[in-house]
Amino acid sequence: MPAELTPAQVEAVAALANLELDSQEVDLFARQLGEILAYVDQLHEVDTTGIPPTAYVAGSGPLDRNDVVAPSFEVAEVLANAPDADTSRLEGGFFRVPRVIG
Amino acid sequence: MIAAETLVDIRDAVRSGTRSAVEVCRTALDRIAAVNPSLNAFNTVTPERALERAAAIDARRDDLRDRPLLGVPVALKDNLCTKGVRTTASSRVLDQFIPPYDATVVRRLEDAGAVIVAKTNCDEFAMGSSNENSAYGPALNPWATDRTPGGSSGGSAAAVAAAAVPLALGSDTGGSIRQPAAMCGIVGLKPTYGRVSRYGLIAFASSLDQIGPLTRTARDAAIALGAIGGADPADATSASEPIADFGAALTGDIRGVRIGMSEQLLDGVDAAVAAAFHAALDVLKGRGAVVVNVELPHAKYAIPVYYLVATAEASSNLARYDGVRYGVRPAGIADLRSLYSATREAGFGAEVKRRIMLGTYVLSAGYYDAYYLKAQQVRTLILRDYQQAFEHVDAVAMPTSPTPPFKIGERVSDPLQMYLTDVFTVSANLAGLPALSLPCGFTADQLPLGFQLTARRFDEAMLLRIGDAYERDTTWWTRLPPIASR
Repeated sequence: MPAELTPAQVEAVAALANLELDSQEVDLFARQLGEILAYVDQLHEVDTTGIPPTAYVAGSGPLDRNDVVAPSFEVAEVLANAPDADTSRLEGGFFRVPRVIG
Repeated sequence: MIAAETLVDIRDAVRSGTRSAVEVCRTALDRIAAVNPSLNAFNTVTPERALERAAAIDARRDDLRDRPLLGVPVALKDNLCTKGVRTTASSRVLDQFIPPYDATVVRRLEDAGAVIVAKTNCDEFAMGSSNENSAYGPALNPWATDRTPGGSSGGSAAAVAAAAVPLALGSDTGGSIRQPAAMCGIVGLKPTYGRVSRYGLIAFASSLDQIGPLTRTARDAAIALGAIGGADPADATSASEPIADFGAALTGDIRGVRIGMSEQLLDGVDAAVAAAFHAALDVLKGRGAVVVNVELPHAKYAIPVYYLVATAEASSNLARYDGVRYGVRPAGIADLRSLYSATREAGFGAEVKRRIMLGTYVLSAGYYDAYYLKAQQVRTLILRDYQQAFEHVDAVAMPTSPTPPFKIGERVSDPLQMYLTDVFTVSANLAGLPALSLPCGFTADQLPLGFQLTARRFDEAMLLRIGDAYERDTTWWTRLPPIASR
């Protein structure tokens, strides 16, 4: 693994993450992510043949609950945090985003 | 100098009627106002709400007298949702966020008689080890205000250390309760994964995050855990293991308790930290505990595993900040895609972006097996190391942090150096184990030091029993920084 990512690699990852980085951030992250990846590369000295991955460490088992209808939040309360919402419409309202089609 | 007042002292005073909940609440609010200009430990203070609640408790004191946290003022890390009270996670993107619901721990604290007085400063989305990643500036250490209180729950630790409140909640993904507790000279408990419901905790890394108390004593931590722990239908990962009477475990008797330690792990640790750690083990031996050597051969891989797993999970969890349902949306955006990226560019700080980038990279096609899957496999080996150790010992001891509190600004330009701060704390999260940090001394220039105990899953009672026994033979926990007498 090279100690530095290329600006193009950083920009490709930023696009996947929906992050808009300025050119200074691209340069900084190219160096810093390269250093961090070089450091974590030490994991490759560990033999993990046949070792199962651990995704999380559960308790006595996931807590299932019955699939029943229960009260949730009021639409107006939820929309109150929206940067832009239309509360005048059917069913209490909507989140509003820039035009998507056409 | 004022006395180090514990949660138990305050609760018992309210129970007996020596002090009213309103008096206690006013004192906490006055203390917050006195120390906050120096410490920047609080993002939001809620005096009206708190005094109203305290008055309601006083009006019903006879009915409520058995509540375990009666009249106790509590501060909450600002990544715990409070209905109607701004909750920011110290991020610009949530600067205006007012949750429509309470976290389960908030409801449980209030059911137990507590009075929530403030939301505390922290690293943005709990990502950091020094509180320097907060959008509102760093919280500062009450023992030396040119130094970090630790992170990410730095404000919670500073609040308790400065005697503003006897109890604060934090969250711990890789040490974020224990490390600031150690750096501020107080007690911090990370419960077993699943012990405390995460409903209403703003997610960072969901397989690692756990909420827990920061207090002055192990007994106070035991009472707080009893109040907030237990299964919750709103969190499918919360465990149905019964909540023990943690207070009953605090017998002072640790004769024959087996405590493991690994001398090898102390390589490179600050000399004052190592000396205080060995002195703490001597205190435990003096009370009859048996200290033995344990091998944790994969412990040295904990940091690389942690920073792969945690960032991968974070990159997924933080995808929700898109400027649609909540958050601060930049003005004048014409298309949806730009709305997402402009919101995230303006809303996130540098460390959050760095972690999202790293997490996205290690999950991306071509790198998943080499990084993310590999890290999960080594996570299994770390877990097995502890399982093997716990066949021979009841707890494993190590320092909480490899250094005393460091200076603000000292490590900000080198993220990797900052990550190494968490070398002793991340394993407990990776293995889902409970861990307790206890104050165990000071450096020559009066900076607090701590050590940590880790136990079997759901055996917080063992940790608290050892911690309480240790406190009976030490006075570190009674010490207050000069700012506490202001």
